[in-house]
Amino acid sequence: MNSGKILLVEDNPDDVALTMRALKSHNITNDVVVSKDGVQALEYLLGANGSAGVAELPAVVLLDLKLPRVDGLEVLRRIRADERTRLLPVVILTSSDEERDVINGYSLGANSYVRKPVDFVEFTEAARQLGLYWLLMNRAAPLPRA
Amino acid sequence: MPLRDWPIKQKLTAILLLVSSSVLLLTAAAFVTYEVLAIRRTTLKNLSTLGRVIAANSTASLAFANEADATEILSALRAEPHVVAAGLYDKNGRLFARYPASLPGDALPAIPGRDGYRFEDSYVIGLEPVAETGNPRLGTLYLKSDMQVVSRALRLSAAIGAGVMAISLLAAYFLAAVLQGRISQPILALAETAAAVSARQDYSVRAPKLGEDELGTLTDAFNLMLGRIEDQNRELRRYATELEQRVTERTHELQERNEALRRNAAELLAANTELDAFAYSVSHDLRAPLRSIDGFSQVLLEDYGAQLDESGRDSLQRVRAASQRMATLIDDLLKLARVTRSEMRTELVDLSKIARDIATELHRSTPERQVDVTIAQGLEARGDVRLLRVALENLLRNSWKYTAKQPRPRIEFATVEGNGERVFMVRDNGAGFDMQYADKLFGVFQRLHSADEFEGTGVGLATVRRIITRHGGRIWAEGAVDRGATFYFTL
Repeated sequence: MNSGKILLVEDNPDDVALTMRALKSHNITNDVVVSKDGVQALEYLLGANGSAGVAELPAVVLLDLKLPRVDGLEVLRRIRADERTRLLPVVILTSSDEERDVINGYSLGANSYVRKPVDFVEFTEAARQLGLYWLLMNRAAPLPRA
Repeated sequence: MPLRDWPIKQKLTAILLLVSSSVLLLTAAAFVTYEVLAIRRTTLKNLSTLGRVIAANSTASLAFANEADATEILSALRAEPHVVAAGLYDKNGRLFARYPASLPGDALPAIPGRDGYRFEDSYVIGLEPVAETGNPRLGTLYLKSDMQVVSRALRLSAAIGAGVMAISLLAAYFLAAVLQGRISQPILALAETAAAVSARQDYSVRAPKLGEDELGTLTDAFNLMLGRIEDQNRELRRYATELEQRVTERTHELQERNEALRRNAAELLAANTELDAFAYSVSHDLRAPLRSIDGFSQVLLEDYGAQLDESGRDSLQRVRAASQRMATLIDDLLKLARVTRSEMRTELVDLSKIARDIATELHRSTPERQVDVTIAQGLEARGDVRLLRVALENLLRNSWKYTAKQPRPRIEFATVEGNGERVFMVRDNGAGFDMQYADKLFGVFQRLHSADEFEGTGVGLATVRRIITRHGGRIWAEGAVDRGATFYFTL
């Protein structure tokens, strides 16, 4: 298993719990760091008020779109705008499959777009596949540190 | 200035003067000629009378060759100052006596010449035989008279002629000057009126009529024409005013309508934006709780399933099924909203191909079903390809679903003629419906079958109708319970 972390950007605690459970049920034991809104996520990745961001970037960011304060698309835009996180894998994991969300997500450089299924069995399966793919199969770009 | 450019007054005067002066000139010439001829004749006659008298008086002196006597007789010619020379010749033609006595010999012809009176050079010459009546000729009398009488008469008559002519011409000129007005005045009046009309565009002026002749007729015609033009102008102005008024009214109406349309459009835009925001919010926020309901029910089943009895587990399964159905409902509603909101791009759409693709997909998704699908070739229509695909998919999926209990399911996509227009048709031999509820078919959440009979949310046909309506078409259905259903639509 990849030792890289997963950054889950999700404001709904139910979704956080269910996602953690889904990942764990498939033995994806990597650390899951949770940010409850866009500001937290950006602070974690890029730092804030002079403090540097996290020393080791996560293997993948699972990003919800509807978030308090700074929304998911804005988070994605800033991740892509920053030299350090420009190539960081970001998967949009959200409730909506509104066409404009999909188009905007990919336009801003999302690596994938997954709609959360209501059926928890399906949701668990989606989480398993995401974990397997992004943590095991995907070869991420070497991430530069400033 | 060439004659044709002269003012008509001068032209008329000139013509009149020209005519009268030529007439006068000819008359005067005739008068003078007659005068001259008459004077000449009188002159000849006078001279011959004188000649005959002198000749008769000279017979004795010739007969007796009395030269002095003859000279004496001739000197009587003094009474006639025009006679400048005279001579008596004897019968041999020899000059016998002369007058005036001082006249040099060579002033008279050597021989008398032919008898008679005639004009020679600028003199009148007369040769009169001298003889006693009934006796042989004694000699010849020669008379030479100047033409002063004639030339004086000529001068006089010429002077009279010229005077008469001058007076006549003067009279003609005054008459012409007065009389030409009879012709030129109406013409000038017409010309002035015409000039006034064209200068001021004033068709109310009229040319004065000065007589009942052709110019009067012309003036009448001209005035009539002016009257007509004036009437027509008034009519035209009235039309123009009316038209202008109507245009103003229409413009005002249009402005009002435009304003109303703009307001409507703005309201519609606001409503659409609101709907958009609403749909977006529904898409994100309404599903999340469902996920929790389903998710934690499943967690319960997984973690505590063993502690629950069959009924407890069944309840949890029902909770999950309900939340999933709710999710489907939300999705279908969002699709319906999307059909309403999405921008239309019109192009030529191959409906037959879309129907074939959908049928292929249906066969692949449920390979256990054996459905006889017939799709007519080359059905095309102008419309939005994505929306039309959604409509056809809903209709064909419906037919596919409602023929599930039919031993030999059949679905047909074709066109029929109805009231001269092309009507598309999707027909099946499935469960059909009661025509009594036909109007409910296309309502949102309206279902004619229970969920355990046939699954569904009741949004599909509402979506189809929305799409057909957006294309400016109509949709209706015919059917009977267990005898199949036919959906007709136009585009």
